[in-house]
Formats: sequence, C-alpha cells, structure tokens
Amino acid sequence: MSIDLEKQILELKERISKLEAGTKDQLSMVVFSGDLDKILAALIIATGAAAYDMKVKLFFTFWATAALRDPEKTVQGKNFMAKMFGMMLPKGSGKVKLSKMNMCGIGTSMIKGIMKKNKVPSLQEMFRTAGELGIEINICEMSMNLMGFKKEEMIDYPNKTICGVATFLSDAQESKIQLFI
Amino acid sequence: MTAEELKNLKSNTIVDARGTACPGPLLAAKKGIGEINSGEIMEIYSADEGTKHDIPKWCQKMTHEFLGIIEEDSYSRLFLRKA
Repeated sequence: MSIDLEKQILELKERISKLEAGTKDQLSMVVFSGDLDKILAALIIATGAAAYDMKVKLFFTFWATAALRDPEKTVQGKNFMAKMFGMMLPKGSGKVKLSKMNMCGIGTSMIKGIMKKNKVPSLQEMFRTAGELGIEINICEMSMNLMGFKKEEMIDYPNKTICGVATFLSDAQESKIQLFI
Repeated sequence: MTAEELKNLKSNTIVDARGTACPGPLLAAKKGIGEINSGEIMEIYSADEGTKHDIPKWCQKMTHEFLGIIEEDSYSRLFLRKA
C-alpha cells in the first residue's frame, strides 16, 4: 500500500514538473485591430506585463499591420492594388483612428488632446517604451502581402520579425496568457 | 506599517511618477527596482488613483514587500522593500 502511494506521488511529481516546464511566464497577444483605442489597450497590457517581468510577444496581423508602417519611409515598385491599399490605410500609428466616435477624425483628434491632458502616452511613445522593454513584435507576413506592405516601409523596432501563424501558435502554446485584440 | 513608521523610513530611492498615467507608475517602479539592492527601500510618488491598487498587486507577484501608503494632498507615496 505505502509503496503504491510513493509510486503515485512520484508519478504526480513528474507530471507537475512537465506541466510547469510547458508554460512560461509569457504573454502572447494577437493584435488584429487597426484602431487607435484597441492598439493602445494592447500596448498598455503588453508593457504592464513586461513590468511583471513577463516575456511579451505581440503578433500583429491584418489591420494592425498598417499601424507599423513608418510614415517617413517610401518604397518603389508597388503594383496598382498595393498602391491603392497603401493610400487607403493609415500610414503609421500616428494616423490610426478611434473604433467609435471617430466623427470624420474629430473624435480621434479630441481623444488625442484628452490623452495628452491626462498624461496618457501616445501610440508612438508606447511603441518606443515597448521596444525598450524588450517586447517582441511579430508581423504576419500574409497580412503584409495582402495589403501590399513591404518590409522596407515598416518602423524601426528592436525586436521585430516577419513571420507566420506557426510562430504565434508556438509562442501561445507556451504562454500563461493569450489574448486577441 | 503605521503612517508614523512610514514617515520615519529612509528610502534608498524615490521614483517620481506623478507625471504619468497607467501604465507609467508601474513601468517607473520596474525601472526603479532595478537600481536598488535586495532589502533596500523604494518610494514611489503617484498621482494616479489606480496605482494604489496596482503596486501592492505587483509587489505580491514580484515578492517585494509592500510597506504602505502615505497620502499627500495631490498624490500618494508608496513604500516597498525589494525582495
């Protein structure tokens, strides 16, 4: 009987250590939205997690990729559709709009004023902080191709990789927290 | 710790995060804690109400000892001891 118990405890210990090894103190987040408010929320959670010494990996996909364009960079050799998308979509985090109450841009510029007054950092400042904290940004290659974005026109960011869904999945699998914004 | 004990504490470092909103004070705390040694005391100034809830939670997770809060007129002083 006691041998049985010991055996069971050993087995449980082994299973627990396997579980513990499987998940890290890591946050994986899909940033899908290209809206100012949602990207801001994503970056606040991300930098907060970094303050908790968590490893943070952001996977920018679809509309969110537009916020990672550098307004000062131009690239040549785009086809007609890519040029159209490039013109229609915001060029960089300074140009993204509110998801609600945008009112042809009035709401967005109002909220930016209120953010300043309340000492809430702008998206550009948040990206800079995120970079300093070692937060990784992974950009979905498929989304970039769909929208005709080239890697040469994306912002300079210290931990930036262009990759696919497998990267997100393997990061998410070993993360304690996974979010989609 | 009582307010009296807190007032007599000598902080090894003071982080002034009064000019920032969430997550500013938290990020300032993370930066500040890296600059002191284990057992030393850090004081955070914050004008952000949420910080009073956030910093004790953060301390719990990071195993720092949260010592208490002194309320000033327009801000709070939060004390903690580095683990």
